[in-house]
Amino acid sequence: MSRQRSKDEYEKTFAFRFFRWLSGSKDPYIGKVEMQVQQETVIPEETITERMRESEMIRDKVYDEKKNRAARTFHKIYVAVAIFFCIALVGVLLLTVSCLPPNGSASNPVNNEVSERYIESGLQETGALNIVSGMILTYRAFDTFGETNVLFIATCCVMILLMLDDAVLKKQAVMNDRRYEPKNDTILQGVAFVLCPIIFIFGIYIILNGHLSPGGGFSGGAVIGSGLILYVAAFGFKKTQRFFDEHVYKIAKITALCMYGLIGTYFYMTGANGMDNHIPLGIPGHILSSGIILPINVCVGLEVACTMYAFYALFRRGGL
Amino acid sequence: MEFVQNFPCISIMLCLFAGIISSGLRDRAAMLVNTGLLLINTVLSACTLLYTLSTGEAFVYVMGQFPAPWGNEIRAGVLEALMALFFCIIMLLSLFGGRHKLLQGVEKGKVYLYYVLMDLLLSSLLALVYTNDMFTAYVFVEINTISACGLIMIRQNGRTIEAAVRYMIMSLLGSGMLLLGLCMLYDLTGHLLMSNLKESVALIVAEGEYTIPLIVSIVLMSVGLCIKSALFPFHAWLPDAYGYSTVSSAAILSSLVSKGYIFLLIKIIYRVIGFDIYRSTRIIDILFVFGLMGMIFGSLSAIRENDIRRMIAFSSVAQIGYIYMGFGMGTEAGMTASVFHILSHAATKSLLFIAAVGLTDVSGRNRQFVELTGAGYRNRWAGVAFTVGSLSMVGVPLFSGFISKLLFSQAAVQNHAKMLPALIVLGISTILNAIYFMKTVIRIYTPVDETAYPSVSFKDMRLYAVVLVAFILLNVTLGISSQPVVDMIQQGLAMFA
Repeated sequence: MSRQRSKDEYEKTFAFRFFRWLSGSKDPYIGKVEMQVQQETVIPEETITERMRESEMIRDKVYDEKKNRAARTFHKIYVAVAIFFCIALVGVLLLTVSCLPPNGSASNPVNNEVSERYIESGLQETGALNIVSGMILTYRAFDTFGETNVLFIATCCVMILLMLDDAVLKKQAVMNDRRYEPKNDTILQGVAFVLCPIIFIFGIYIILNGHLSPGGGFSGGAVIGSGLILYVAAFGFKKTQRFFDEHVYKIAKITALCMYGLIGTYFYMTGANGMDNHIPLGIPGHILSSGIILPINVCVGLEVACTMYAFYALFRRGGL
Repeated sequence: MEFVQNFPCISIMLCLFAGIISSGLRDRAAMLVNTGLLLINTVLSACTLLYTLSTGEAFVYVMGQFPAPWGNEIRAGVLEALMALFFCIIMLLSLFGGRHKLLQGVEKGKVYLYYVLMDLLLSSLLALVYTNDMFTAYVFVEINTISACGLIMIRQNGRTIEAAVRYMIMSLLGSGMLLLGLCMLYDLTGHLLMSNLKESVALIVAEGEYTIPLIVSIVLMSVGLCIKSALFPFHAWLPDAYGYSTVSSAAILSSLVSKGYIFLLIKIIYRVIGFDIYRSTRIIDILFVFGLMGMIFGSLSAIRENDIRRMIAFSSVAQIGYIYMGFGMGTEAGMTASVFHILSHAATKSLLFIAAVGLTDVSGRNRQFVELTGAGYRNRWAGVAFTVGSLSMVGVPLFSGFISKLLFSQAAVQNHAKMLPALIVLGISTILNAIYFMKTVIRIYTPVDETAYPSVSFKDMRLYAVVLVAFILLNVTLGISSQPVVDMIQQGLAMFA
């Protein structure tokens, strides 16, 4: 017969502690280990900046070429390989150029039926005295439309980067407008007063004579754009906005590009489907001649002028 | 001349018009114009595809009054129409899927500019696909580059601006090399039209006079397009550009923009240089080696990444490596596999990007893996879609990735010299793919007891869920009924010659 133990006595035995631990009713650490409710760690800002500085210091040390030999060797090898690569590339390209057909020789492959037709029958087929205009705006009209769109999309990208909200613009307007230029510079205003009309008229002349003489939409548009920029620099944005603000800019740009697109589409579709196009070529040498070249030149000129001015205005104050 | 033949020209011009008009519209109107444009273009491309399939031959469309070597031309065959159709569908789905993020990430008055860029990007992609003239291709490569930069930096924070600058420098380097090669080729032949160029190049090779400049110009054009499409050693710009831009941009950049350049390279190989001459220059061996290296190093970088978006971006490097490996085989089968992989990767990678954004949104917009634990339960649709995308990337049957891997291995088996390296690297790369994609899938389906992040249901994201389902369907369709697509690709490649 086994001896009945008292409760106190039993609680001291190993078996009791073992089974109690097994059933999980008693945590062996309670009363033995100091316990605290877990707190959310708060890192003071100083520690963070300290750590950042430390990590920066470590990084500086690691990449410090005076102390780290591996980095020094790597940098040297890197520079050497880069120089070697550049020299090799230059050598290969020079070798290639020396093997190309000699410049200006009549038997070059470039002088084939393509350029022959441009030069010989360009005048009859396009009606333009300026062969270059005739070539880029009639024979290769699609490429040139693409190029015009390159300008358009470049303005869009600059707008994404630099365009400010209207509210911000108004706040900055007062100080920004006269920030970089002297206020009411009489000499500049006097010169601009005389030059701007001349520049505009010259630009318009270049555009309208694009099919008769050297020039065309791209160069004429650049001239008009530079005239606009001169006007803004002399008289400020407020005066310019009386005739050229964002609204006018949008209308001008969209009309020009759409007109070009419509003329282009008409030209491509009639040509491809074998239909006549009803745009008369006129008499070569007259101002109203050469079919689609003149209107396209006007459109391209407008677009280029708008682009030039928009670049200046966006870089200058972040709005038109 | 049938009326359908006007469709390629109409679709390119429509994109340009839509972009121009959208620049004067408000945000919402620009979005509607863009959606309408994409729908119309999908229909037009589908019609073109059906027409070319029914006639069985490619057609040339003269842009203007003047025929071939003097004026501009575009050309549409089965492969071109298929690509155009595919590009439109992927762009439509990517834009729908990322619309809510676009409104969050972009300044309010500038959303319309995003759609302007998108319209012009589509026009340039279509022009790159349809062009029959090298200079037209170059002009639209410019548009493509600038609009891609805009897409990266429209979500303005420091990282995207840095990424855009990097992208621009590398991409302009590529454009410059393309232009340089193009100028040399023009100097040697006097033509810019692809079919005339091919005749002249064949003549030069036969005469053997200008061999060095010809090879250098081929190399310059190939390397330029490799840089622009992020082949392995030139991929440094890629992870930031895809990782930090807004999600539609990332999806479109990885699945369409780089593919447009690759497609242009295919056109140059087939229609300008001629496949046999290109193979005999040995450039394909270099492409092969870099493709293999890209497959391994891209995957290794992806495994090391702790940010889900950057991981997917690095996976793109590996997938571009696959495509160039297919080029490097130098066989018809390898090229077919590459073209199929262009489609399959475009469908899968955009799905992954769109699904990943759903997962990060329910994890407090944290992109670290620790925070993503259990995200597959909080957003069930995105979880399933991400799993499907991962399985397809790894190459599990039923999904499109399996078919491309199968085609690559078949092509490798047919090429005796390159069989062993190609198969070994294909195997290694598949295992590496499985490591990082399955790691992510396991992570998003690891249950957590308590979470600080709320779950979302179908009602909160109807459009998003529909887009994900459409992507999954596209992927499974490519995986199950791949044979018609492969037939179309083979037919299209045959039309190139």
